[in-house]
Amino acid sequence: MSLNWMTTRRDAALGWARKFSIFQYPFVTACCGMEYMATATSHYDMDRFGAGFPRFSPRQADVLFVVGTISHKMAPVLRRVYDQMAEPKWVVAFGVCTCTGGFYNNYATVQGIDTIMPVDVYIPGCPPRPENVLDGLIKLQEKIGRGESAALREPESRPAEFAAPHRPDAHL
Amino acid sequence: MNPDPTLTALLRSAVPQALLGAHQYQGQETVLVHAKELPAVARFLKEHPAAQFDVLMDLGGVDYLTFGKALKSAPSRSTPSPLPYYMNPKPVKDTWDRLVPDSAYRFEVVYHLYSSVHNHRLRVKVPLPSADPVVGSVTGLWAAADWFERETWDMYGIHFDGHPDLRRILMYEEFKGHPLRKDYPIYKRQPLMGPSN
Amino acid sequence: MDTARPAEARHMFLNMGPSHPAMHGIIKLVVQLDGERVVDSNVDIGYLHRAFEKDAEAGPYNNAIPYADRLNYVSPLINNFGYCLAIERLLDIEATERCQYIRVIMSEISRISDHLTCVGASAMELGAFTVFLYMIKAREWLWELIESVTGARLTISYGRVGGVKADLPEGFEAQTRAALREVRKVLLECHALLTRNRIFVDRMQGTGIIAKERAISYSITGPFLRGSGVALDVRKATPYFVYDRLSFDIPTGEHGDNYDRYLVRMEEMEQSMRIIEQALAQIPAGPLNVDLEGRVMPPMPADLMVDEAKMGRVAGFLQARVRLDPTLEGSTRGPHGAVNANEKRAVLPPKEDTYGNIEGLMQHFKLVMYGHGIRPSKGEYYSAVEGANGELGFYVISDGSERPYRVRVRPPCFTIMAALPELLKGGLVADIIPTFGSVNMIGGELDR
Repeated sequence: MSLNWMTTRRDAALGWARKFSIFQYPFVTACCGMEYMATATSHYDMDRFGAGFPRFSPRQADVLFVVGTISHKMAPVLRRVYDQMAEPKWVVAFGVCTCTGGFYNNYATVQGIDTIMPVDVYIPGCPPRPENVLDGLIKLQEKIGRGESAALREPESRPAEFAAPHRPDAHL
Repeated sequence: MNPDPTLTALLRSAVPQALLGAHQYQGQETVLVHAKELPAVARFLKEHPAAQFDVLMDLGGVDYLTFGKALKSAPSRSTPSPLPYYMNPKPVKDTWDRLVPDSAYRFEVVYHLYSSVHNHRLRVKVPLPSADPVVGSVTGLWAAADWFERETWDMYGIHFDGHPDLRRILMYEEFKGHPLRKDYPIYKRQPLMGPSN
Repeated sequence: MDTARPAEARHMFLNMGPSHPAMHGIIKLVVQLDGERVVDSNVDIGYLHRAFEKDAEAGPYNNAIPYADRLNYVSPLINNFGYCLAIERLLDIEATERCQYIRVIMSEISRISDHLTCVGASAMELGAFTVFLYMIKAREWLWELIESVTGARLTISYGRVGGVKADLPEGFEAQTRAALREVRKVLLECHALLTRNRIFVDRMQGTGIIAKERAISYSITGPFLRGSGVALDVRKATPYFVYDRLSFDIPTGEHGDNYDRYLVRMEEMEQSMRIIEQALAQIPAGPLNVDLEGRVMPPMPADLMVDEAKMGRVAGFLQARVRLDPTLEGSTRGPHGAVNANEKRAVLPPKEDTYGNIEGLMQHFKLVMYGHGIRPSKGEYYSAVEGANGELGFYVISDGSERPYRVRVRPPCFTIMAALPELLKGGLVADIIPTFGSVNMIGGELDR
């Protein structure tokens, strides 16, 4: 048997294992958080997709669900959390505020988190219905199963551009 | 000339030199107070038994730079279209006037006071000039004033004399400018990271 | 060589950063610790500042309503109606009686879902995950109810200046009673799980205490203040809508600790359900047939086409019915007239008139086109409604144009968060969790 066949089967097995045991980091900020809660609880239940295990530490998570509006004050925090996650990692932009900024086209809102990090699945909606979220989750699972990740394609030059500002007195 | 409502009458008798004016609109009383006299008036309103405003419900700023100069009709080169008869504002029994000229006083700090004892409300407005708007802080009287004044500083640039720690609260420290001022364009972004459009 | 120095004791700074597991919102809480005791803390907010006030100044009056939804996003109907109340007072118009009852019913449903979310999430943070699941299950019943009325579960944009978007659907009363039955069952279960639970009581009682005088000085309102023993409620103090016709109690606590606030919120849910049932009994009858001038008409068969008038057959023209797309249900003249004030300056005409005759089209044009719109006279108004967290105030200044000049939101949880350092001082790190949970901080409202 050729080596290629074995690694393909191995990749498929890894993809299968990864997609049905998603450890998500729900980075919840705003109203979409309410629909995230509704999707995660018993009526719509994300757990049956294997994704019902939120890990509130980026070191332990592999999917970053960015839920809700990201303001410019929050952006460095989000980027730092993203940088702290180990690969393979995926990012889901949950809600239209994270996809494009929503209807907050003003001085305070990031116009889509794909300006600061690569995104795998966009779930638009304000807020998206739980059925939309589950549809996005299934698309994410298909992507994970194929072994694709937008994070892996990020060019090396970008991380320096998006370094979080250094704030030595942040604790005061 | 209508008789003053009770709270305005109380203020006029007690601190007449502090009042710039007073009016009543839609059942809500408003008094205008000199910026220098505000701490004294605030203390009076909090402690006098007939007033007893123990709750500072709200403290905010207003920028009157473009007051009344907004677009009144569809943008066309011809004269503005006259309104059909039913679109004219319904005449309200009270008239409202700012009582100070817009050119001299660009900003205003608006205090909404509430008395939990007497269940009455009062609005106190302090007009401030455009250059160097300063008013005394009331953090000594009401603990809620701390954060409200920080927010007004952040959004308008109005300085509160005597505030223990006047720094930005809603925007980040590196932000330049005061966003709710009328001359700050809404689309002007100053991102900490990423593209600025 | 004696290089021994006495060990320096310094306080440790613990950062509970903007992204944290508590479901309540993003703040940065830096606490200064002496061992496990909190010596001091610094609360950093503004991480969800979305420029509501600046966006509201940018468009006509009704444009701010979707932005207002997202202020307190767990009880969006209350924000909608608070904003509409301010504009209606500026315009000096009054919504119809049926509309006011609808607003009261929807506000109370929103209040119940807010308290369910707050108590459920704070119970989950203390480890009672089952309670969270039960309460969200109850909330789903209410959200289905809201969806049948407004079309959306969470961000509903239901209020309009002068009325509401559409009338209540068929079968609303039966659906509401079924939903309230389910909510009552869930509340009984949660009472059984939490109220006399040793662990819950130990963690909540005696933590996060605030005295009455300090609460008043911080301008705290709502369940937080009522937990400290002050019976202050905007619905009773300055009644708006039809709250003065409904009888309900204001639960108050005694000690001002987290446990009292939990009990106040649980009891308030029961009182809200009482209000809803009374309102359903008292609400005036459903859609009426009104003609163009707002006069009530007897029911007529609906087969007259508008084109008949062009043929010169104008008999019964005023009663002509236009057949509308089902998505515009609730916008026909009958239900529209029952729940929207008959005020051409502020309220969009019913869809039959917009599509059926020139007066309706003109009225629609004059209210929605750029440069035209609702024009209150110059003035200002501060309207206070009882939000789920306390007094939600909208201070609106109008300069006579079609856009609001200034919309200031008085956020109820802003002042409660300002008191947070005082609430946490002297407590343990573990007490931060129930205290922060009972603050019910909603980021959209705090940072606007």
